[in-house]
Amino acid sequence: MNRYVLALACAALLAGCGSSVKLDDVAVEDKTGKAVGTVGAAGAAGAAGSAGVGTGALANSGVAPVDVNRSGAGAAALQGPRIIYFDYDSFVIKPEFQTVIEAHSRFIKADAARRAAVEGHTDESGGREYNLALGQKRAEAVRRALALLGVPDAQVEAVSFGKEKPAVEGNDDAAWAKNRRAEIVYR
Amino acid sequence: MVVGNVGLLSGHGLSVLAVDCFASPMRPLVQLIQSVSSMTLQPHRNLALLVRMLVAFVLAASVFPAMAQLRVEVSGVGLTQLPIAIAPFRGQDLVPQKLSTIVQADLERSGQFRATELAAGGMDELARPDLNAWRQKGADSLVAGSVTRLADGRYDVRFRLWDLTRGQDLGGQSYAVSQADLRQSAHRIADFVYEKLTGDKGIFSTRIAYVTKVANRYNLWIADADGENAQSALASPEPIISPAWSPLGGQLAYVSFESRKPVVYVHEIATGKRRLLANFRGSNSAPAWSPDGRTLAVTLSRDGGSQLYLIDAQGGEPRRLSQSSSIDTEPVFSPDGRTLFFVSDRGGSPQIYRMPVAGGSPQRLTFTGSYNISPTVSPDGKSLAYISRVNGAFRLHLMDLTSGNSVAITDSSSDESPSFAPNGRLLIYGTSNQGRESLTTTTLDGRVKTRLAGQSGEIREPDWGPLQKQ
Repeated sequence: MNRYVLALACAALLAGCGSSVKLDDVAVEDKTGKAVGTVGAAGAAGAAGSAGVGTGALANSGVAPVDVNRSGAGAAALQGPRIIYFDYDSFVIKPEFQTVIEAHSRFIKADAARRAAVEGHTDESGGREYNLALGQKRAEAVRRALALLGVPDAQVEAVSFGKEKPAVEGNDDAAWAKNRRAEIVYR
Repeated sequence: MVVGNVGLLSGHGLSVLAVDCFASPMRPLVQLIQSVSSMTLQPHRNLALLVRMLVAFVLAASVFPAMAQLRVEVSGVGLTQLPIAIAPFRGQDLVPQKLSTIVQADLERSGQFRATELAAGGMDELARPDLNAWRQKGADSLVAGSVTRLADGRYDVRFRLWDLTRGQDLGGQSYAVSQADLRQSAHRIADFVYEKLTGDKGIFSTRIAYVTKVANRYNLWIADADGENAQSALASPEPIISPAWSPLGGQLAYVSFESRKPVVYVHEIATGKRRLLANFRGSNSAPAWSPDGRTLAVTLSRDGGSQLYLIDAQGGEPRRLSQSSSIDTEPVFSPDGRTLFFVSDRGGSPQIYRMPVAGGSPQRLTFTGSYNISPTVSPDGKSLAYISRVNGAFRLHLMDLTSGNSVAITDSSSDESPSFAPNGRLLIYGTSNQGRESLTTTTLDGRVKTRLAGQSGEIREPDWGPLQKQ
């Protein structure tokens, strides 16, 4: 039965193309790349005028692929709310998030070895680099709020993901509101 | 071309299949059947699974249709285009690449040529054309050639360019290339023809870099200028943004989030060796090379806020360039290396400024609209392309730097990341249509736009590489 169905499916197909690249859905490994060989000799000699015909191989520098490790697991974290949401185009911390910040400030101060990061994000509207900078402002606003409560700067790093890591996919205001945020994470 | 269907198939632990040809959606099914045949489930589960996978791939094929190159021309533009006939190369039916098709697509994508349709066969680089017959087809020039397999497995590609109005042989070339370099030989031919007939440098054998996102997988690709022949320089589970070619084309700078914060790498393409250029406290982004390749401008938040710094290409301590409490980002050098264009919201909203690299007050350049970002300068230093938000739509604009006059050159709404071709005659940019991201080139007047073939899925962040020494 299995073979019959397979044969039917194969018969239904047109001739496949010759080359394909398979991407395995497995954890990637860090490896230094090696040059992909397609390099010919230096470039073709140019033809001058109507009578000349130049010859030569073509230069085409190869590309060596590099795979990147997945990031490792995080350190011990404070349970409970850790996300502060922002209004459109704003990095002002609204009063309803003060308790979240207070809770994390106590947690961080309790252990001088604790390292936290505040990760700033934006909604998807606008350019990537400008949104990276806007997310940075949100992260730094939270870090300043933590500092006001006595958290040393050395224990908190403010970074931004801009619009690259939305929490919610979608093009409506509800999704965008969930993406304008700063997250406190422990590393 | 990648067909991404991880979401539907990952539960079964199957591989994501990719096909790298100008393909119909049916072709991935060939590889699917091959992998199914190696499964070892019980027969009835196999059948149900196979049916579900076939359904999934039919759905995937409709969701991710094969992306062909699609050129759109504004009517009436034909008057400024050179009519040219490109005869099918003798022998090209027997080789993997249709060379005349690639040459024709290149020349038409420039917006400066209009190809005459013609019947196949009969011409090669040795044949003298019947001038009257070809002129009647409306062509002023003719390209004819041949491709022959050599004894060592390589291919001998030859062509000749004819001026049909004067009956003049404008020259030709021959190349001995591996199969992998066949496309490149066609691009070189297009460059030769373009340079002979327009006087401008051809850019068809240059390369572009861009980023794709398929499910949770990001790749930085290096492809031919037509989007084909892509090779992955970097694969990562975290985002990659802002690729920037070094001036000589051997390296790419980019921003990677692989260590859970944005950092800037400089990556040697041929070897895959890369080094961290900027990994300072906070966020590191927006790399831009100086024209002499010795310095990069970057945006760092190490001193609070996003500010501009210069850093030696070999790394080291950065020198701060901007001093403001606002966002300063997206630096780009002028071609003479003396001026930096950048984005700042010091005036209350993101606008484009320029300032001397040696120091001095920034001068604001954009005054229309409340959101102007992503500046890029033409190779002759006279024009600035950028993205401006107009009634909520993010649209590619071109500004004449002498007069300050600016015009929108697209009517799309999600344009991003413009980059000039190194001859200054085309722009590449990312755009999206009904949620599908793609790369598009456009002439500077906006009249001839071509959506590039290449990867499907989400494709963004193009950067056009430099002319390479021949």
